[in-house]
Amino acid sequence: MAYSKELIKSLEEKGQLLRRDCIKCIGVGVAGHVGGSCSSADLVAALYFHKLKLDPKNPEWEGRDYFLLSKGHVAILQYSALAERGFFPVDDLPHCKDIGFYLQGHPHLGTPGIEAGTGSLGQGLSLGLGMAIGLKLDEKPNRVYVLVGDGEMDEGQIWEAAMAAGAKKMNNLCAIIDNNGLQAQGFIKDRLNSEPIADKWRAFGWNVIEIDGHNMEQILTALDDAEKCTDKPTAIVAHTVKGKGVSFAENKAGYHNKALTQEEYDQALAELS
Amino acid sequence: MAEKNQRTAYGQTLLELCRENKDIVVLDADLGGSTMGKMVEVEPGLEDRHIEMGIAEANMLSTAGGLSRVGKIPFAASFAVFAAGRAYDQIRQSIAIGKLNVKICGSSAGCSDFGDGATHQSIDDIAYMRVIPNMSVFVPADANETVAITKYMASHEGPMYIRVNRNPYDNVTPEGAEFKPGEPVVLKEGTDVTVFACGVMVPKALEAAKALEGKISVRVVNVPSIKPMNCEAIAALARDVKGVVTAEEHSVIGGLGGAIAEALRLERTPIEFVGVEDRFGESAHNYDDILNYLGLTAAHIQEAVEKIYNL
Repeated sequence: MAYSKELIKSLEEKGQLLRRDCIKCIGVGVAGHVGGSCSSADLVAALYFHKLKLDPKNPEWEGRDYFLLSKGHVAILQYSALAERGFFPVDDLPHCKDIGFYLQGHPHLGTPGIEAGTGSLGQGLSLGLGMAIGLKLDEKPNRVYVLVGDGEMDEGQIWEAAMAAGAKKMNNLCAIIDNNGLQAQGFIKDRLNSEPIADKWRAFGWNVIEIDGHNMEQILTALDDAEKCTDKPTAIVAHTVKGKGVSFAENKAGYHNKALTQEEYDQALAELS
Repeated sequence: MAEKNQRTAYGQTLLELCRENKDIVVLDADLGGSTMGKMVEVEPGLEDRHIEMGIAEANMLSTAGGLSRVGKIPFAASFAVFAAGRAYDQIRQSIAIGKLNVKICGSSAGCSDFGDGATHQSIDDIAYMRVIPNMSVFVPADANETVAITKYMASHEGPMYIRVNRNPYDNVTPEGAEFKPGEPVVLKEGTDVTVFACGVMVPKALEAAKALEGKISVRVVNVPSIKPMNCEAIAALARDVKGVVTAEEHSVIGGLGGAIAEALRLERTPIEFVGVEDRFGESAHNYDDILNYLGLTAAHIQEAVEKIYNL
């Protein structure tokens, strides 16, 4: 499918906007998840500003699609998308983690637009599977999207959910794997090495689509193609760059969860503008 | 005649509930024949309401959480050591923090799976379920109470855990009695010592009270609701006696005894625990043998009551 240049451009700009929101929220001198937020930003922008059926004024709208951030440590990215989409004020973003405030350090049920509490890695896909099964039982057309980290795939529960979803042919479920190649302490290839990721998901009975996770046209095509698959869940393996758009943070595990200096903060915002 | 097996009572009640409410779904981890979830799976017209999740309890519990988010009322069951123990983190993270409407059945609980030994005997599930915020913990005394609690769980919001015994024994609570969460239920009045018991230890407490008749007047209180617990009601049942005894098929650490001790923390009431000392269970050829071996009999309760009475 061809997408208009205007759509592609506007979604690319949304990706950059979300990155800037994240950097502003993280601020100076306090650790924040720069790397994983920036790697997922284009995927999240495509979902929230194009693909997902949502009603910001009625977050519990029955017709909505469900998005779960299984890599819940980049909550700030999801909050930025929800705020920019109108679920709550953008001005609330810097108050994330304020005592008693509704924007918790990890996605928390009760925040407008948050579908499930996530952050204990490995559980989001199972939660999404439950939603997908329930929606199918009721013969509802809503779709379920779960963003999974490649480091997160170390968790055994991911593979329990993958096996179950494949066996049950949950074609209303779409896992998007942010394959940035890094986890908190270094490269995934130097740890449990979840590669070859696409082959693994294929072997578990999934329809697998590999894309450049920063190419908006490829992202949109993959999301649309996933919807056409009638007998399998789809795994979109999105090759991404950790810290994408912030030159000093790109491909560095050190920026998984790091405090920025004033100079880094200024440079990041300048590069993302 | 009323059913005597808690597992069968659980399965029959689920079947009935599934017929009444299209949103109730039953999840099993390849043990539906034992938890009795299979009664729903084989029921014509209800097959799709039983969701087989394979031998993957962690995924089953998080999946149940997801089902609850789209309006389903999932009952997820396995042996207690797996449903609650293996999936503890999923219950805590996926379900309890968000107060999801998920019902968890810890089947073959306590030492009721006597043959399989320590790996299959849950002597710690009450403790680690009740410590989770937002979680309710129920221990039916018999099959009749299993029916009442299961029905309550289906019709009330929130994460709840029910602990179900594997083996049949005579009912001690009336059929059709209403289950009231939090409330202790006096089964026999007495004036010297109060015994708070749950599960299979309830009939044993009644037996101990009978054996002591004429010597020590024992009040027997069934405590099916470990959490929530009406602490004032518990204290009132402890204040007018010399002291209390707790009796449970569970470790003396963190279970009913712990909950009662917490409820009585501002009272001057001596308390003795009858339960599994700080150890795992082990295999036996029959249920009574393992209960006797671990100190979970009427005689052990009787001894504890005498100890309190003679202080």
